Amino acid sequence: MRLCVLGAGAVGRSVAELAPEYGHEVTALADSSSAVVDPDGVDVEAALARKDAGEALGGGEPGDALASEYDVLVEATPTTLGDAEPGFSHLRTALERDNHVVLANKGPVAERYADVRALEADSAGEVYFEATVGGAIPVCATVDDLGAEHVSAVRGVLNGTANFVLSRMAAEGLDYDHVLAEAQDLGVAEADPSFDVEGTDAALKCVILANVLREADCDSLDELREVEVTLADADVEGIRDIPGSALELAAEDGRTVRLVGEATRDGVSVGPRLVPENGTLSVTGTRNIVEIDHEYAGGLAISGRGAGGEETASAVLADVARLE
Amino acid sequence: MPSEPTPAPDEQPVASEEAPETDGGHETELQAHTIRLELVDEPGQLLAALKPIADNGANLLSIFHERGSLTPRGRIPVEVDIECPPDRFEGLLEDLRDRGVNVIQADAEEYGDEVTVVLVGHLVDTDLSDTLKKIQDCSGASVADIDLSAPAGAGSSAHSSARLRLRAHAGETARVVETVRKVAAEKDIDVIAPLEGSR
Repeated sequence: MRLCVLGAGAVGRSVAELAPEYGHEVTALADSSSAVVDPDGVDVEAALARKDAGEALGGGEPGDALASEYDVLVEATPTTLGDAEPGFSHLRTALERDNHVVLANKGPVAERYADVRALEADSAGEVYFEATVGGAIPVCATVDDLGAEHVSAVRGVLNGTANFVLSRMAAEGLDYDHVLAEAQDLGVAEADPSFDVEGTDAALKCVILANVLREADCDSLDELREVEVTLADADVEGIRDIPGSALELAAEDGRTVRLVGEATRDGVSVGPRLVPENGTLSVTGTRNIVEIDHEYAGGLAISGRGAGGEETASAVLADVARLE
Repeated sequence: MPSEPTPAPDEQPVASEEAPETDGGHETELQAHTIRLELVDEPGQLLAALKPIADNGANLLSIFHERGSLTPRGRIPVEVDIECPPDRFEGLLEDLRDRGVNVIQADAEEYGDEVTVVLVGHLVDTDLSDTLKKIQDCSGASVADIDLSAPAGAGSSAHSSARLRLRAHAGETARVVETVRKVAAEKDIDVIAPLEGSR
């Protein structure tokens, strides 16, 4: 497959670097300021070396990549909320040209799920978005394999930063600010961690899953439009106000606190929850876990790395493989 | 169904270990119950708490008055074993509550489920005992125990935490948690509750 990779952050560059190993060719790579396009295959290493040196990826304008010839658009630009632009327009352009789209950007499927499916219905291209939920963990594929119509709930720890903070607070008896500063030093938390610690990131992932579950009950796009979920519909609470004393009290009772997101047909909720200290959901550090409730299979859990360039790229490339 | 409580309630002796007969002696219909109460440490409180038991034609089998220990709210725990006709029990509990007696627990069957929550906020400054009372009154659950951690003390801007173990009627924990959230929200208190449905 010929890949056009938009976004040269941790995920975009890992996809570009790993693509040959998976038997694909990167024919275009762009970030927000420039692009490199080569129908015979982009020299990814050279392009990224230029970027690392503070230069442009290549001589082209960012739009040149999207306009080039490719089979699959890998949309790995930063997630945006509301109208999900410019990611949504990138997806539209690719689908209108009957190309496939693999999303790492959560915006289009969290904020405009029905719009995405409508464009896909009019296109010969398909849309996959495994990388938007749970990094390397195959959540969407598992739900799909099990039959989303038989899945009643998907819940889990879906934000590594928040989980790192909570598990460190519990283990070391430290307060939030202290652990957050440590997480920032380690590169686990960003300078502005609000997206993670306020629960927005986990909520977006759960919104996407709720859309997948609700879609399974819909017979038409109109029905899907009626029931689609966006971030605004989610009930979201973060971990900022949790004092160390709450974790201590939980521990005395054999429990701990995790930022747990849950997607059901009823909606989406994200917030700090009491979970058994040695229970399925009490993963530690940046690890993520997803629990799926299935009508016949019962409960299933998959744990793994929920973030990281190569980890997320593995999910993107698994989606590309589904398109072959 | 018994006809009338026989003696005038005021003259009914409350402790009657050897007299399992009451209300005309429908012994086969009697059911044993254990009720845990909380009393304010004032004279006459115990008698006041036992009166509804007599009024409802129940038989007092035993009473355990833990005068030495205090509940988290600084009250005295009392455990009474009674026997009464099945249809009288709810009325008896209602009478107790009407008299301001705090019923902590009324049989394992009555409060078949438990749920633990952690409250986070300005718990002391927002009158924790009032919060607990509202939680009990609104949810129908009883607070089995509470652990408070307020490292910074009252008046501090730092948040304190409390772990509450609530006894709820069987199958009602989700509703209880929802009520706790509502009561807590009025005081800007966050509730960390367990996840329903997770294994």
